[in-house]
Amino acid sequence: MRWCRVEAGKLLRMYEKMLEIRRFEEAIADLYYKGLVPSSAHLYIGQEAVAVGVCQALREGDLVITTHRGHAHNIAMGVPMDKVAAEILGRAYGTCGGRGGSMRVSSPEHGVVYACPIVGSNIPIAAGMGWAIRMRGEDRVVACFFGDGAANIGAFHEGLNLASVWKSPVVYVCENNLYALSVRTARVTSVESIAERVAAYNIPGVVVDGNDVVAVYEEAVKAVERARRGGGPTLMECRTYRWLGHHAGDPGTAYRAREEVEEWKARCPIKRVRESLMDMGLSEDVERIEAEVSKRVEEAVEKALNSPYPSPETLMDYVY
Amino acid sequence: MIQALNEALREEMRRDPTVVVMGEDVAVLGGIYRVTQGLLDEFGPNRVMDTPISEEGFVGAAIGMALMGFRPVVEIMYADFMACCMNQIVNFAAKMRYMTNGKLKVPIVIRAMMGHGRGHGGEHSQVPATWFLNVPGLKIITPSTPYDAKGLLKSAIRDDSPVLFFEPYVLYRVKGLVPEGEYTVEIGKADVKRRGDDVTVVAFSAMVPRALEAAERLSEEGISVEVVDPRTLRPLDKETILDSVRRTNRLVTVEYSPKTWGMGAEVSAMVAEEAIEYLDAPIVRVAAPDVPVPVSPPLMKMTVPTVESIVSAVKSVVGV
Repeated sequence: MRWCRVEAGKLLRMYEKMLEIRRFEEAIADLYYKGLVPSSAHLYIGQEAVAVGVCQALREGDLVITTHRGHAHNIAMGVPMDKVAAEILGRAYGTCGGRGGSMRVSSPEHGVVYACPIVGSNIPIAAGMGWAIRMRGEDRVVACFFGDGAANIGAFHEGLNLASVWKSPVVYVCENNLYALSVRTARVTSVESIAERVAAYNIPGVVVDGNDVVAVYEEAVKAVERARRGGGPTLMECRTYRWLGHHAGDPGTAYRAREEVEEWKARCPIKRVRESLMDMGLSEDVERIEAEVSKRVEEAVEKALNSPYPSPETLMDYVY
Repeated sequence: MIQALNEALREEMRRDPTVVVMGEDVAVLGGIYRVTQGLLDEFGPNRVMDTPISEEGFVGAAIGMALMGFRPVVEIMYADFMACCMNQIVNFAAKMRYMTNGKLKVPIVIRAMMGHGRGHGGEHSQVPATWFLNVPGLKIITPSTPYDAKGLLKSAIRDDSPVLFFEPYVLYRVKGLVPEGEYTVEIGKADVKRRGDDVTVVAFSAMVPRALEAAERLSEEGISVEVVDPRTLRPLDKETILDSVRRTNRLVTVEYSPKTWGMGAEVSAMVAEEAIEYLDAPIVRVAAPDVPVPVSPPLMKMTVPTVESIVSAVKSVVGV
């Protein structure tokens, strides 16, 4: 049990969003195992507190740039789940007409500008987006998501250096789920913490319990504030865990011990919020949300499954 | 050509406040070959920016700026360095519009100098346009005169697609007539630089003047050569080339990239595919040998087609 520093309505909202992501990802996993998902699906189950905690700290006009494990950020930013599902299934109704698929779900009209499946590539892009915002004298913020694996690629270093020099208003969110596909990041990384690394770029870095949505939210609020008032970028290293493998087709058992997985499942971010809400006496709201979310996810997936594929005549559209 | 490029940049920056210039040494120094000279004084450090040595970083950042409504013109000092930012160019700039079903546009221009002729050899002397020619979504331009350079750079800056603009070092100091007033050259249109009846010579970039010189020598021997300068390689103006071959019935291509899998290969295949019945002789490609470029001058000279080699090639298809 823990008492929250956000008010009940906000916490309920967070719970709802996290549960949407969880149920949605479970439904996508199910579709994958049935052979209905072209490409694959890199699922976010277990990490829900990060996307929701950060996105709840953003406001209208703020932007997100995400990665291949990006369904959650889209949902957290309000992209309708049927459009996300349709995109994953390659249907014309999808956010990108089915062209991007699971790894590239984005919706600029909801603030999710793009999803970069080459890890770390979004880091310099976000620095440039932030530069543009500053040049125009706007006070918008960009949230840029990537994993622990991306903290070793060149674009991370080059991009952060630029963001720091330009004081780009970016919140860099490193979702540290301890593994880069099958490789335990600690084995191949020269520092213990990615947050400590960014001091080298004169950027404040903070480690956060990525399974505590309120903690993520509070740090995100600070980082967003800093960015908005011209203080430049922050890196939040959110420590979390993905329950499933790297993608839906990877069981993850070849490189992770079952005990470790179980240990992290016990720290389920959704369970923690639920407990807090129950302690606050909000069981009715909780149960209502649970019923509604399940229904909403089911309907979204149903709609997506029944929607058509793009027509062959559209293949050559938008090359330029 | 340097002055023509400088004028293009200046005019477009005056015309459109969203045009910004960035790259290594472009601001204070005005570019190592002075292409951006004077721009910092006129437009200030917010529009003319020196970058750190971070090609992936600043090209990625430029993409971010472009997504936010700016029109960055990025300079890559030696085109070979594009290998450092290939990921951003090929995996993101070229594809973002298509993968989002038209929701995004990336109006970025990357100007790169092809350093062959300066004598540095190796990774300062390649013709990297060929690395990108096979990537849908990019526009690729290789001007050979000051007139074309200025007109095409202006068009490139106004174009909403990502454009790679390759400037040959060896033509930087070439002089040519440029109109006083406002003009642009259309992207995607080839130019017949010299009319002829006996052979079509399709020459690329720095090879255009050599092809013209060869044509002049051949005319003294009664052989009439038509020189076609594609100017834009992607999208290629096939019709101008085909029209020429239909009249002359013979084709020679000239490039200073290595022959195997090069520019001539595409033109040859295209003509063979679409106009083989018009050919009275096999197609001959004149190109660099398949070697990296060494520094030692006698060896280096062997890596660029000479006027004599073009003359020989033409004579061989004419049957002389």
